[in-house]
Amino acid sequence: MHEATVAQSLIEVILQEARKRNARPVRAKMSCGELNRINDDVLSFAFEAVAQGTPCEGMTLRIEHKPLQGRCKPCGRVFAVDVSNPHCPGCRSEEFELLPDAPLVLDEIEFERADDGEG
Amino acid sequence: MEKADVGRKILGANETCALKNKQFLARHGKRCFNMISSPGSGKTSLLVRTITDIGQSLRIGVIEGDLQTDIDAERIRATRAPAIQINTEGACHLSAKQVSQALEGLPIENLDLVIIENVGNLVCPSAFELGEDGKIVVLSVAEGDDKPVKYPGIFAKSKVLLVNKIDLLKGGMVDFDLDRVFADARRLNRDIEIFPVSAKTGEGMQKWYDWLTSQARSH
Repeated sequence: MHEATVAQSLIEVILQEARKRNARPVRAKMSCGELNRINDDVLSFAFEAVAQGTPCEGMTLRIEHKPLQGRCKPCGRVFAVDVSNPHCPGCRSEEFELLPDAPLVLDEIEFERADDGEG
Repeated sequence: MEKADVGRKILGANETCALKNKQFLARHGKRCFNMISSPGSGKTSLLVRTITDIGQSLRIGVIEGDLQTDIDAERIRATRAPAIQINTEGACHLSAKQVSQALEGLPIENLDLVIIENVGNLVCPSAFELGEDGKIVVLSVAEGDDKPVKYPGIFAKSKVLLVNKIDLLKGGMVDFDLDRVFADARRLNRDIEIFPVSAKTGEGMQKWYDWLTSQARSH
């Protein structure tokens, strides 16, 4: 359940950005790598729970999963690594370098201005 | 409606704190390792045995993470090594901030090395940097040989894999294919050092001690 900590940190970052713009956050999009092992349902549930009573309450969160990538040593191809059977789809080699997994990033936020919807 | 590209790391606050821990340790010239495993793999027993066997030549300070109790810190202190217990009160991993407070409680000048024993969990702790020089994953043979494939994150990120309780392999007490673990772990992480050990009998421990000593002295 590291999703609880991720949700808490996510809300903190969104609130900082919202304060900077003096606007209400409505939607957010984040991304994560495969090794972060983020479960969408668990994170969405935690996000909703932590958001309660804050300006983030009612926000929708979209989560993008970025595949783990490897670079094949013999042929240089960069490919999405299937950890249960990792090999280069081009030359079938199992000799590859694992590239750094994508970090947890808050990519974008959509804000509603105070005057939105009034004209 | 206004869309803003933010591009901020969600765990940025933890990473900033981890960097401060790393700088603190570097300033004092100390190495630090973050030990991660499932509950019951024998992390504390490995540390107790290590400190008992080589604690005279390699002074190790320990930071213990558990949901509750200070049982583990007490076990370390019984070896006369300094240990600070962190109780996460439900959280499944340590954070860099907790470690920074614990570091203040250790007699850092009198140590060669700091080992953080994380909360028993193969998933969550691997996402949180604490300021360590490397992660050490422990897998006991009783847990099964499929763990590198099932929990790739921690095996991909670790410098060392300690395969513990190998005394149980004798007489077929457990079905565990050591070759499979070597192959699966190395497929994810070609540079990982793997030491099959038994904290109980001491088998295989010398190679682990040599590695740990070389790390502490390489500063």
